[in-house]
Amino acid sequence: MKLNDEEKAMLAGELGEPRRWAIDHMMKVGRMFDAADLVPVSQVHMMADPESVGEAGTEFMEQMASHGEKERRVAVPMITDPRGVDLNYYRPLGQTEDMANIERRFVAACEKLGILMTNTCVNYQTVMPPVLGDHVAYGDTGVVIYCNSACGARSNFEGGPSALAAGLTGRTPRYGLHLDEHRVATKRYVVREQPKGLTDWGVLGAVVGRRAGSYWEVPAIEGLESVPTSDEMKHLGAAMASYGSTPLFHLVGITPEAPTAAAIGADKLTAEDITKADLDELRSSFGGKGDKVDVVVFAAPQLSIVEMQQVADLIDGQKLHADTAMLVCTSPTVYADATRMGLVGRIEAAGAKVLEGTCFYQQYAREIGEANGWKRLLSNSTKIVNILGGYGYEPALADMQACIASAVAGEIV
Amino acid sequence: MSIELKCHVGIGPDVEGEALVAQDNFSARYDLDRLKGVFSRPQHALFGESYDGKILVLNTAKGGVASAWMLHEMKTRGLFPKAILFNAANTILAQGAALADLSMCDRFEAGDVTTLIKSGEFVKVYPEKGLVVVER
Repeated sequence: MKLNDEEKAMLAGELGEPRRWAIDHMMKVGRMFDAADLVPVSQVHMMADPESVGEAGTEFMEQMASHGEKERRVAVPMITDPRGVDLNYYRPLGQTEDMANIERRFVAACEKLGILMTNTCVNYQTVMPPVLGDHVAYGDTGVVIYCNSACGARSNFEGGPSALAAGLTGRTPRYGLHLDEHRVATKRYVVREQPKGLTDWGVLGAVVGRRAGSYWEVPAIEGLESVPTSDEMKHLGAAMASYGSTPLFHLVGITPEAPTAAAIGADKLTAEDITKADLDELRSSFGGKGDKVDVVVFAAPQLSIVEMQQVADLIDGQKLHADTAMLVCTSPTVYADATRMGLVGRIEAAGAKVLEGTCFYQQYAREIGEANGWKRLLSNSTKIVNILGGYGYEPALADMQACIASAVAGEIV
Repeated sequence: MSIELKCHVGIGPDVEGEALVAQDNFSARYDLDRLKGVFSRPQHALFGESYDGKILVLNTAKGGVASAWMLHEMKTRGLFPKAILFNAANTILAQGAALADLSMCDRFEAGDVTTLIKSGEFVKVYPEKGLVVVER
């Protein structure tokens, strides 16, 4: 890989150990993906919840934070994905002091590096959306796919260590989605059943992701009769990335790089239909009417202020079933707004709990499930029902309205 | 007899061990119980199997950015695969391998690696050379 003089100085350790580690890490990764050089990035977003980071990652981060201020300070604005512990509400969930302490230690180390603790996976709705052609280094697959697809930004999936390396250097290896040739369509799908509502968009994303099936496939989707809202696009992308490891899609005539099929090379590809049967088949693998529900979860991705209002409107004046819990995860900025606007109060008056700066599946989902006896979980997030099967849950999928009605009834309605 | 399989230059040290193979995908977050060192997702082809000390051979990586931290955490805990071979790695797993110093290779010239190696075979992995040797 070609390095400029400043990057060579970093590699030689002349700008401190954290930046030496960062360049060395990027060279290992860049070599595997044939990166010719490094590309400057305008922003970095790091996924580093305590469950995945663990004691080992926390010690690693504390080691970084132990260096002098000049050596450890990130070089470009760097923000964070949801945390694993809401430090204002963790004991009632069955989270332990050990979990909270890892959280506290990791956050303290991040702050020493000058990382902005935004704790959100909807930064494109709440912090600073990237723009067309903007090279960034984002973690969280949902963030990456949204920003690549809806905004036209350029990012690979950057796991926590690589995001940290990008933050310390202001660069990332130039491979994958930073290059034009990896942004052209490789699969072409025509939607034959129009999605209606957030869950339908998630199911469509899941079907496309599962069919596309690899990080290196770029699905182009045609046949949509309406432009999705930001929240709908969020569920579409999050599910697609979760089922397919997919980092970019194009909606022909809608997303910025795909004014036409020809603009992204999709006109040369054979089109496959996505039918009602395809969507129903995916839905049918999750839960059925009359099943008891232990917990209803709204998360993955965190809710926007608009979704918070929708939940509040649907739950107003009702009480949750005595045997059913309900959790709503949102970002700290949305939480503050939703509190000020009375939405949090309305949701919690029904017996639900709004969590701030976390996302359910990133907060020791297995352990909190066991601590609370939660097994049957209902959500409107196609992403979360995909993930939680591996965490000892029996997840079911329903739209927001049915989720809330089920939380009140104590069973899937 | 030994068979040489050429692949793209990978990450991590030279290692050898017993292969555990499936035509399935991989996510440390979605598929594993990392405290027990087994595949825990009921739908996974390797459900219930221990991955500790194995050379995992799988199709591709899916989902979860978390896997990048998790490989490092798994290695520190002492329950980890010696190497992971993919048809196509994704960026996350490669980044995780770089932090954890865990061996990883992908893109095999002879085709689908999940059909080229069988579970139980003894495998030597040379990431720097882009080479995997299967002993039969």
